[in-house]
Amino acid sequence: MDEKSESTKNIETAEVNGANDSNGDTPKMDPKNYDHFYRALFTSTFLISAFTVGGGYVIIPLLRAKYVDEYGWLTDKETLDLVAIGQSLPGVVAINSTVLMGYRMAGIPGALVAAFATALPPLITISLISLAYDAVAHNPYIELVLKGMQCGATALIVNVAIDLVRKQLKKKLILPLAIIVITFIANFFFDVNIMALVLIDGLVGLVLMREKKYS
Amino acid sequence: MIYLELFIEFAKVSIFCVGGGYASMPLIEASVVDTYHWLTLSEFIDIFTISQMTPGPIGINAATFVGMKIAGFTGAICATLGFVTPSFILCLIVAHFFFKYGDIGPIRGALNGLRPAVVALIISAGMGFVLLALWNTEHHPADWLAFDKSNLLILALAVIAKTKKVSVIKILFGSGVLGLAFGLMGF
Repeated sequence: MDEKSESTKNIETAEVNGANDSNGDTPKMDPKNYDHFYRALFTSTFLISAFTVGGGYVIIPLLRAKYVDEYGWLTDKETLDLVAIGQSLPGVVAINSTVLMGYRMAGIPGALVAAFATALPPLITISLISLAYDAVAHNPYIELVLKGMQCGATALIVNVAIDLVRKQLKKKLILPLAIIVITFIANFFFDVNIMALVLIDGLVGLVLMREKKYS
Repeated sequence: MIYLELFIEFAKVSIFCVGGGYASMPLIEASVVDTYHWLTLSEFIDIFTISQMTPGPIGINAATFVGMKIAGFTGAICATLGFVTPSFILCLIVAHFFFKYGDIGPIRGALNGLRPAVVALIISAGMGFVLLALWNTEHHPADWLAFDKSNLLILALAVIAKTKKVSVIKILFGSGVLGLAFGLMGF
């Protein structure tokens, strides 16, 4: 229970230090100054991973809401950079991204804690389910809870998406907005492979977006 | 030794899983079903179904399920560790060099292009989830007016809670409780 009051205290400190501005290049607060940082990192990542049905781009907005909005351990820019890198490396996007974020926040120990906290919930859940697949898969109560959680996750993803778009609009730059619109249409309506989109957008950036104003 | 075999096989598969999610399924299938016969095709399809309704990345789910089936819980741990370890090490190496030497023109440029792309993919996931939550379909709903009212209510409450700075975990947990409550009341 005392963790709750600690985290509120920490959030308040973060807010006093100008928390709501996650546009900046430095995080609102240094994770090293956070009491019980590793415990908080493990708990929040574990719970989000445990309650989130869906792959990388579902869990990432939720982690962003936690790390950026609530704790201020990372900036939006860092988060998006690291997800882009995590997407380009082999393996599971969600885990790659949390490993990179963990490393950014607290080096190798941070990466280890984040990786374990992301991988452990599915490991436990699937192990249990594989023992009693039929009992769990068609249990109406579990279905109701999962459906409800899915609605909550939807709200959070939409909220994060709106936030990110609003920040992009404020910058009044055409090229990033064009990338957002075209990539979204290609992925959502035409099911273009994510890897292909990442490759193309990376190349566009490499060639056209090296100027300071885009970063 | 089966534990080592599971670790090595899933490590091998994960190295070629670029792009994440469902992109990795054919690779896992080729190894688990075709080469090693650890699972039948129908068991493999079950993993798909389970992954649709349980938390966790599909690659991890598959590794855990196969490990569990072949060699119990220790097997599940070995397969999952195998699946995660190569990319974990690769991520650390890349992160090390990125934070040390990443601030050069071409890399900065590429990331400037990729950041909006990630935003687009998050929007895309969000839209997919909205369709799934309100119309129970991943594609174009047949009737836009026939949406699920109790789910809309949960969604709206969750949005309000987020703007009131309620913690993410409480929102997820509360939504699950509401989902169960509304379902039981037949709302």
